[in-house]
This record gives sequence, structure tokens and C-alpha cells, in this order.
Amino acid sequence: MDILSNLALGFSIALSPYTLMLALIGCFVGTIIGCLPGLGPSNGVALLIPISFSMGLDAISALVLLTSVYYGAMYGGRISSILLNIPGDEPAMMTTLDGYPMAKQGRAGDALVISGVASFYGAFLATVGLMVLSPLLSRVAFQFGPAEYFALYMLAFCTLGGVGSNNQAKAALAAALGLGIAMIGLDKTTGMPRFTFGELHLMDGIDFLVAIVGLFAVAEVFHFIESHGKDSAIGVKLGRIGIPWRDLRNTQGAMARGTGVGFVAGILPGAGASLGSFLAYMLEKSVSKNRAMFGKGAPEGVAAPEAGNNAAAGGALIPMLTLGVPGSGTTAVLLALLLTLNITPGPLLFTEKPDVVWSLIAALLIANVMLLIMNVPMVKVFVTILAVPSWVLLPGVTMVAFVGIYSLTGSSFDMLLMIAFGVLGYICRKLSIPTVPIILGILLGNAMEDNLRRAMVLSNGDWTYLFSSGIAIGLWVAAIIGFVAPIFLRGRLKKPPLPATESYDKD
Amino acid sequence: MTGDRIFGAVMIVLALGYILSAMNIQTSFMSDPVGPRIFPYIIAGVVIVCSLAMVLRPDPEADWPALPMVAKLGAALAVLVAYTYAIKPMGFIIPTTIASGILSYMISPRAVPAALAGLGLGVGLFVLFKVILGLGLVALPRGWM
Repeated sequence: MDILSNLALGFSIALSPYTLMLALIGCFVGTIIGCLPGLGPSNGVALLIPISFSMGLDAISALVLLTSVYYGAMYGGRISSILLNIPGDEPAMMTTLDGYPMAKQGRAGDALVISGVASFYGAFLATVGLMVLSPLLSRVAFQFGPAEYFALYMLAFCTLGGVGSNNQAKAALAAALGLGIAMIGLDKTTGMPRFTFGELHLMDGIDFLVAIVGLFAVAEVFHFIESHGKDSAIGVKLGRIGIPWRDLRNTQGAMARGTGVGFVAGILPGAGASLGSFLAYMLEKSVSKNRAMFGKGAPEGVAAPEAGNNAAAGGALIPMLTLGVPGSGTTAVLLALLLTLNITPGPLLFTEKPDVVWSLIAALLIANVMLLIMNVPMVKVFVTILAVPSWVLLPGVTMVAFVGIYSLTGSSFDMLLMIAFGVLGYICRKLSIPTVPIILGILLGNAMEDNLRRAMVLSNGDWTYLFSSGIAIGLWVAAIIGFVAPIFLRGRLKKPPLPATESYDKD
Repeated sequence: MTGDRIFGAVMIVLALGYILSAMNIQTSFMSDPVGPRIFPYIIAGVVIVCSLAMVLRPDPEADWPALPMVAKLGAALAVLVAYTYAIKPMGFIIPTTIASGILSYMISPRAVPAALAGLGLGVGLFVLFKVILGLGLVALPRGWM
């Protein structure tokens, strides 16, 4: 039982009081980030990376803290979905469909408990799945050479662009933009500067944290200033919280199905938690006996998408840890964290740094239990925090973004760059150009080029080498299908009418 | 429509500039078969193809803000840029108070709450980051302490 002994190792590290405290703080902050509209898992984690890095946390501590934030944000998103009819983050959008009607019927407490338990169910099983599947996948990944990795990166971009956006050209443009930005700086192989225009600040390339915080957090500031007032919703009073045992029993099936669908959606590169919760909801709607109630406050309609999005959050960690290819915006941000900490995710991670991986997994299991406690009996604390007015919240978020980048790099140039990325993010959002592929491009650009060039060294410049192995061909085919198929599926798979609010956070 | 077309056109120009700049990348005598230029060329090619698609088949027009809102966003941008220049010489608290006060006023135009929010954030965040989290921030301009 390899897994059990590894897990014991993980728990021996994760159970130290210091790590437990970090997990607790992470869960708490994460839930707050999740439930505040306008702050979602990806920009929340992005804001915290520079800060935790400047605090000098070691790799394991920083990972535990920020993945707790990540899971916490996934839990927290449902709170504002249910109480305000505003999804706290994009994956929580489906929860508004039945959560808010339930709240209007005076069952806000029930909806919060059901969705909290569903979140736990999904996240916990997905973490177990992560534990079982990652070592297997990393064994497969050992056979990957540069050609396979290059194809894998193509797959990530193609599915992310295909599934996550409505216009293939815009998604591909975004990815290319990111890759283009990644090229700035010294070329690793020849040591020659590229696209630096003599600017010394650009020699090291553009720090991806600057880009991420700019594209996610600063862009959000501009968007928020423009849209404030439109998003004000009438909140629903929260009464006493009891445990609706009967509903919990009746929604077992919904939670199990949601978890399964969400987990698979999470593993697929590019799909992420939003798709997980969407598919979980649609599946539940078509199989449930209670179908007529959907959209009018069906407990299953709350349980399924919440289990789905939390399971997807766990599933998305699998390709990120074993292959170094993130499946969603937030895992792209977590990849940025790993790279900042000098941890290279990939198959070697599991053999070379088992302590990091397994303590992370143990911390995730612990965080889940903490989150269940925080999000069910203590949910009122977060409901109070939800009352923070936006005219305090937004300047606060902005300043946290600046402090983070400033204390990380100490340079005005990087802060200006961050603002520029903020403007770019705002424009992209207006033109519905997805920003996640830009981030992914910046993160993966150098590795992608590196693998291409290594492949060409191996083959002595023969480009057919890229399609020379079965795995590589399979990945290329999957990439093409992932990019093209959504064009045809889009007509069939219409999104259901969503509540009259905007999405806040691309996941 | 126009938004997509303008963005696409700008991107094409940028991509051409990118190719031009890539042509000037020095290659050392010891290089791999691909060299440092090919991958940038490929990227620029993808950008051009996608931008052409945006120019030729634009999506329905985005919902652009009206002129007063553009001015407001411009002002917010100016505040942020000024902030990046102010934080080094002025220390953390004063620029943060002013910048967050202005941003707060932009969201909810009431002077007193905005001023209080600014002051609260300026001092509160300093305490949080410097005292509790131990980041290296300077509170006030150098001469004052």
C-alpha cells in the first residue's frame, strides 16, 4: 500500500501546528474570497501569491496556504449565489439557479447546508481521486519526450480555447499573445536577448505574477468601477440554521453524480470547474425524478453543481501536478505559484519531492474537514462579511494587488506593467477575448519552445518527429477535436438562461 | 464590430512589428536547428491569422461605456499610475490613503465615507502587511521619521 504510507508521510508533515494554522487561515480567507462577488478563486489566489512569497514562507507552507485558499474559494462562491443571487465566482453560477429560489422560500439556511455538504462531498472524493490517479498518471508521463510535451501544450491551449470561449479565433489569439509575451527576455539556449528593446527591466522577461495580478485583479477594478450599481441585488434574510437531514439523504444521488461529472471535467485540460458545475447541473436535471422543480428551488439543483464544481477543483490539480499543464484559470495561477517556489511540476515531482506532494494532499484533506465546519455551522460569520460595502472592498483589493507586486519586485516598472496588463484585461473582457489563455501562454511559453527545440535537436531538424509516437499523435488528435468540436456542439448545448448578473471570475 | 476590427488591426500591426524585431535577434554560432527566431515567427503567424478572422468576421459590438464613464476609468487609471510613482518617495500610508480614498469615491460618491475608507485602508493595510505579515514597507516619507 504505497498510497497509505505516502499519505502517512504527508500527514506527519501536515499535522504540525504551524501547517494546521496556515490551512485554517487559508480556508477562512479563501471562503471570504469566494463569497465576495468580484473576487474569485483565480484572482484571489493571484493576489496572495506575491504576498506569501514576500513573507518568505517555505514551499510546503506556501502551497498549503494557497491551496486551502483555492478550495475555500470554491466553497465560498455558493454563499452569495444563494443569498444575493450573485455568483461569488463563475463556477458558482449554476448554484444561483436553484439556490436563490430556495432562499426566497425562506430556506436559505437549508440551501447553504446542503450546498456546503455537497461541496465537502465533491471536494473530498476528488482529493481521494487525486491521490489514487496522480501516481498512475505520472507513471504514464514518464514516457513523455519533448515531442509529446509539445503536443500536450497544444492540447491544453486548444481545449482551453475551444471549450472556454465562444470564438475560436479570439481564444487562439489570446494564447498566441501570451506565448508572444513569454518570449520577451533572454533566450535560454543562445543567451541572446529577444524583444527587450534595450530595456534592462525586460532582460529577465516579464514576471508572470505581474501579468496575472494585472489581468485578473486590476482588470477587475476597472470593470467594477464601470459596473457598480448594476450588480446590487436584494439580499435574502438568513434565519436559524438547522440541518435538513431529509434533503441531505434525498440529494445523495445528486451529489454522487455531480462529483463524478465534475471530477472528469476537472481532469480534462481546459475544462475546469465552471464546466464541471454546468454539466453536473444539466445531468441532474435530466435524470432527476424531481425535474419539474428545477429552477424553482430544488435541493438537487443546489447539491449537484456544488459537488460538481468542488470535484472539478480537485480533479484539475491532477494534470497540473503530474504534467505541469493546468486545466483551468485557477490551476494556472497555482502553477505560477509552483514555478515561483522553484518546484517544477511533472512526473518527477512525485518521485523527487514526495514530501511536497503528499503533504499537500494531506493538507487538502484536512482543509476539507475545516471547510465543512466553517461552511456549515459557522456560515453566519461569512454572511456578515458579505455585508462589506463595495466602496471599501474594491479599493482594498486594489491596494493589496499593488502591495503584493511592490513587495515582491520593489520596482515601479513592474507596477506600471501590472496596470498595463489591467488595461489589456479590461479591453479583452469587453471584446470577450478570454484572458486565461494569455496567462497560460505566459506560463508555458518558454517550456513549450524549449520542448520544440529539444525535439528538433533529437530529430536533427525533422519536423515530422513531432508526430512520430502514438502518444503524440493521440494528443494532437485530441487537441484538434478539443478545438473544433465545440464549434459544432455550441448550437446544441445552449447554456440555460442565467440570472441577470454578469459572471465575475473566469475559472 | 468596430471594437473587434480595431483590436484585430492593432494586433496585425503588432505582429508585423514582432516579426521585424524577431528578424534582428542575434544567433550565436552554436545554435540548435530551430534557433531563437522560428517560434516567435510561428506565434506571430497565429496572431495574424486570428486577427484577420477578427477583422473579417467580427462579433456583435461590445457594450462600450459612455464618454463620462471612459473619463472616470481614465481618472482611475491616472490614480493608479500616480500611485506607482508615489509609493517609493512618499512611503506607504499617505499614497495608499489618497488612492483608495479616490477609488472609493468613484464607486460611491460620498466624501466622508470615502475619506474614512481611504484612511482606514491606508493605516489598516499597513498594520496588516508590515506589523502582522512582516513585509518590507516604509510607512512615511524618509525625512519624517
